[in-house]
Amino acid sequence: MTKKENLLKGFVKENPLFVSVLGMCPSLAVTTSLENAIGMGIGVFFVLVLSNLIISLIMSNEKLAELVKPVRIPVYIVVIATLVTIVEMFMHAFLYDLYLSLGVFIPLIVVNCIILGRAEAFASSNKPVDSVLDGVGMALGFTGAIAIISIFREFLGAGSITIWGSLSINLSFIFDFLGMEPIAMFVQPVGAFLSFGLILAGITAIGNKRAEKLAKGVKANG
Amino acid sequence: MDKIIALAFTAFIAENILLSQFLGICPFLGVSKKRSSALGMGFAVLFVMLISSMVTWVLYKYVLETLSIEYMRTIVFIIVIASLVQMVETFIKKVSPGLYKALGIYLPLITTNCAVLGVAILNISKEHNFGEMVIYTTFIGLGFIFVMFIFSMLREKIDKAPVPKAFQGIPIALVVAAILAIIFSRFGGII
Repeated sequence: MTKKENLLKGFVKENPLFVSVLGMCPSLAVTTSLENAIGMGIGVFFVLVLSNLIISLIMSNEKLAELVKPVRIPVYIVVIATLVTIVEMFMHAFLYDLYLSLGVFIPLIVVNCIILGRAEAFASSNKPVDSVLDGVGMALGFTGAIAIISIFREFLGAGSITIWGSLSINLSFIFDFLGMEPIAMFVQPVGAFLSFGLILAGITAIGNKRAEKLAKGVKANG
Repeated sequence: MDKIIALAFTAFIAENILLSQFLGICPFLGVSKKRSSALGMGFAVLFVMLISSMVTWVLYKYVLETLSIEYMRTIVFIIVIASLVQMVETFIKKVSPGLYKALGIYLPLITTNCAVLGVAILNISKEHNFGEMVIYTTFIGLGFIFVMFIFSMLREKIDKAPVPKAFQGIPIALVVAAILAIIFSRFGGII
């Protein structure tokens, strides 16, 4: 695989959230506003890129790899937990509002399946540069996916989209035009399941259409 | 007494771990296709959750706080949970092979179940004392089993229903979970 493919596969083709359906818990819980989703994305980006780098550095050293192999999962978890603690302390110090609204989901990045999954499936058997590119692609794919869900939820549920701090887009005029109130249900837990289900179904439908078209094209050509 | 009942009720239904706190969604969607496996997973989680919450609570109060290294919380907790799961697995294998066979495949999966680490951290951040911690954790675990059980029965029915192609699998499961969440969130008004 080329370097470009390694980077880009996380965006659409192997998107961790919409295709592999990993890391469900944070993507349901923190998508109440775009700001939370971006904050979560930054945390996952930092942890995933660095954990991929460190783990591939460990595993590409032959002597070290032999030593680590029988206990590799605990080693991965300790590496990831250390990085998560750094993120947690950083957010506590500099982004306190975000720290409060993400709450328990910052330490829970440790058990996010995407990170351990990439460590085991990719970083442990690839070169450091490729692993970093893979981490960047996967983290951006994840951030993009939770951003889509949070825009969907925040727009329907609150009528506005908070980008960062006081910077927000007010879209309530659309609801005024339609003569209705924003549907508060969408920012509540109920909305998380419903929006994720609908978006996932939409993406599957698009994928199915494409596959059909491709099949038809093959038939016409053959 | 009122306080304890309110705490138990909140943990069991109003703030249900799956439907309002979104912890442990992976097993919720992954192993809820059959009633028996949903129950097996549920009890394994309750068991590990209770033991690990007790151990991490004691460790936090008497080791991390006295040494004032609270920032080590995440690392210490995940190591404790991972080794506890290993120990519980070995213990059950030795003492009750029947139970081990029933839980077998679910036990190692629990390490990466965010519900276990999540509850351990919630118990610390909500500043529960030991008694409150035990009650809270038990009822969170029972709530997990309860919802898993209902959901697995629903999914057994869905399997036989004509679901649109795009909704098959996870999307329809999420929509059903949303309907369940509506029902559960209304119970919050009782307290």
